[in-house]
Amino acid sequence: MTESTAVQKKRASFRIRIEPRLSEPPKWYPVAVSFGAIIVALILGGVLISFAGGDPIRSYQHIAKASFGDTGVLSDTIVKATPIILAALACSVAFRMKLWNIGAEGQFIMGAFGASAIVLAPVLPAGTSRWIFIPVMMVAGMAAGAIWGFIPGYLKAKFNVNEIISTLMLNYVAVAWVNFWIFGVWTEGGFQMSPKFPNEAWLPRLLEFAKTFPALRGLTTHLGLVIGIVAAIILWFIIFRSRWGYEIRLIGDNPHAAKYAGINITRNVIWVMMLSGALAGLGGMSEVSGVVHRLQTAPIAAGYGFTGIIVAWLAKLNPLVIIVASILFGALILAGREIQPSGVPKMIQGIILVCLIASDFLLRYRIVLDRGEE
Amino acid sequence: MTNQTSSTHGPSSEAPLIVEMRGIVKKFPGVLANDHVNFELKRGEIHGLLGENGAGKSTLMNVLAGLYRQEAGTILVNGEPKVFSSPRDAINAGIGMVHQHFMLVPSQTVTENILLGLDDPRFFLRLPDYDTKIAELGERFGLKVDPRAKVWQLSVGEQQRVEILKMLYRGVNVLIMDEPTAVLAPQEIEGLFVTLRAMIAQGKSVIFISHKLQEVSVIADRVSVLRRGVATASGIASKGVSRQELARLMVGRDVIFSLDKKPSQPGEVVLDVRDIYAENDKGLPALRGISLNVRAGEIVGVAGVAGNGQSELSQVISGMRECKQGHVTLAGDTVSNRTTLFGIQHGMAYVPEDRTHVGSAPNLSITDNVIMKKYRTAPILKRGLLDMKAATSLANELKQAYDIIVPNVSTPVRLLSGGNLQRVILAREISGLPAFMVAVQPTRGLDVGAIEGVHRLLLAQREAGAAVLLVSEELEELLSLSDRVYVIYEGRIMGEVKVGGGEPDESLIDTIGQMMTGTPLEQIQKEGVAAHD
Repeated sequence: MTESTAVQKKRASFRIRIEPRLSEPPKWYPVAVSFGAIIVALILGGVLISFAGGDPIRSYQHIAKASFGDTGVLSDTIVKATPIILAALACSVAFRMKLWNIGAEGQFIMGAFGASAIVLAPVLPAGTSRWIFIPVMMVAGMAAGAIWGFIPGYLKAKFNVNEIISTLMLNYVAVAWVNFWIFGVWTEGGFQMSPKFPNEAWLPRLLEFAKTFPALRGLTTHLGLVIGIVAAIILWFIIFRSRWGYEIRLIGDNPHAAKYAGINITRNVIWVMMLSGALAGLGGMSEVSGVVHRLQTAPIAAGYGFTGIIVAWLAKLNPLVIIVASILFGALILAGREIQPSGVPKMIQGIILVCLIASDFLLRYRIVLDRGEE
Repeated sequence: MTNQTSSTHGPSSEAPLIVEMRGIVKKFPGVLANDHVNFELKRGEIHGLLGENGAGKSTLMNVLAGLYRQEAGTILVNGEPKVFSSPRDAINAGIGMVHQHFMLVPSQTVTENILLGLDDPRFFLRLPDYDTKIAELGERFGLKVDPRAKVWQLSVGEQQRVEILKMLYRGVNVLIMDEPTAVLAPQEIEGLFVTLRAMIAQGKSVIFISHKLQEVSVIADRVSVLRRGVATASGIASKGVSRQELARLMVGRDVIFSLDKKPSQPGEVVLDVRDIYAENDKGLPALRGISLNVRAGEIVGVAGVAGNGQSELSQVISGMRECKQGHVTLAGDTVSNRTTLFGIQHGMAYVPEDRTHVGSAPNLSITDNVIMKKYRTAPILKRGLLDMKAATSLANELKQAYDIIVPNVSTPVRLLSGGNLQRVILAREISGLPAFMVAVQPTRGLDVGAIEGVHRLLLAQREAGAAVLLVSEELEELLSLSDRVYVIYEGRIMGEVKVGGGEPDESLIDTIGQMMTGTPLEQIQKEGVAAHD
């Protein structure tokens, strides 16, 4: 080998081959690849920024400062990440069964509606204890989301209706439905929004404790974060430790094998779509009760459900990784606006996404360098 | 490196070498598929290439056919070194391959399929001219097929002939056949052999890849054997070598051909299939009134050429396919048209034909795959949660007991070899202590060593008192394992024969062969009264 390479030095002929991996890479490898992908993306983004006339290093410093620089912006990042966590969890559970629920957006909106109805209908009068108000709103939000998941789930299970189409269409229905209520029924003096919720219907925020801990002043991080983390942990247990989760994983990996193992796929399609809808609905409840504090279309239907799809995939559908990926996305959304309302930051987001998704290739294939022998 | 590279390749005694492969090395991730393999093909010979699955025979031939490129080594065709970077290069050098899976367009005619990809009819296609050309070519080599027929109308054997014609039409002198008999009925295999002999009589050469010893010793003039990527025999005359010797070269140890089989002591009828009708996936009738039964403590075989309703039969029995008429009972309980779960809970085990698409979840671990039918009950299920410790220790026990060769049980099963995957499936099914087991093609694609292991497991089931229904296309397997054999043809049972122990006699094989091609047993017996006693 050595002598032949020495002879061939001046031609330096080598070939790059791509081969599928036949064995599992070590555990650290996927993590390293993901980090590598982000670094590559940032370099590419840096090139882009310098083309646009900016200084890449300073821009990145600014982004880092604007999203993680102090407790205030960190809190804002987390506020942005919270709805994404729940939406991504919703997507991940459906995707795990290869149900392409792209209706987390609609289920999220319906969850916000369901939770708001408790306040606005009103189901519970203003002045009811917060400890009753919030759990009831959570249940209502999850129920509304679950119903929005049940519809395509049932259609899929019974009539084999393509869930991609039905969930996508139901997103528009959800927006129109909420618009009807805020334009007509619960309008705040003719504006397209409901009246502000009473304080009892707000999720507790860190700034409420500023009297005892002055450091928390102005921090808007709310209980939704805890809800999201708890939901992620519970979902992890469901997927990896429960009987139902086993069935979901089996159906997702091979429906024929699941049928062969005696699993009722029809019923599971409906249940999983409902679980997915409920998680997205919980996200809607958290957003309306933790941030917006009124029912209003624009801030609720801000695309969290769609971002959830991407985040779920980036996290490889792992509920615990979703938390981290969501925070990264929260930071990108927040800091992006700091640099430019739209444009370059969006492009950087896109580059990161493409790089992360493309890096998946390295998990499945190996790149082999052949020193040419001819 | 020292591996025989210095051995002399003196020009052969009689016939000149047409193909010579020297020191071929081909690596796949983690596998050395070909380790400095030498291979020589003489003009006008049928050269058998034997080896277990995964021994590297298809790899070696894919290198020769231009599909893979070797890492090291040279290929000489008629003494000239050649570099193939695509199958087209190989065909231009006169080398063509018929793959195990045919590459034909079902909606087009035979002629259209043969012309596909050629430059010759550049723009205007006057099919009739080519039809006669192809018919003549077929005539020459005993490949009877109607050039105007659409491919979907043809039987598997005829489709194979089209594939061979495709290569002959392209003027190849060396034809590589990859496991050509896997899909054929005994009579069709005879026909194929006649064709191959006609080809060598006209100066062509054939490489016949197989893992079936018997066929190779019948058809091949010379044999090369590969084992784990290394040539253990190169071009030995098939006349002078016994099957046992070949088997030893393939697996590296003696294979026991006769299995220890105790006389059967059949008990109660466990599975009773009464006059069932079912459709296949396309909605066409697949089963037309099948009746059979299996008793405790016996293995009952179902023989037949693939696609005569065997898959549908096993699916109806296991509850995975709707039964249009008739019913199946398992120890008195009706199981047809009930859920699969019902069968599982009533002691039915099912080793499906399709290991990867039905029998396992490829991306899940061995542990997850072995609990597939046990996760609903203790000890795997504890307080509604899966006890992963219990599941892992079960998987480790089975790994030990069934000789599953993997570093650990968290390995996804997609990374397992065919034999190991089949052991995982059998381990899962047998460890449920079934009263009845239906096994479909349990040894398909496995190597000799693995087949023997599967056979022992099936016999152990029989001795443990289970009723076993064995669906297989391997006649030898059926005859050595079964106590009775039903023969299925186009969704009907052609007859049932008892199989005594010991060597199966020729007339029995002949009878089964005739039933496999559609002659009912009564008819054979009527006609055979005069001839046989």
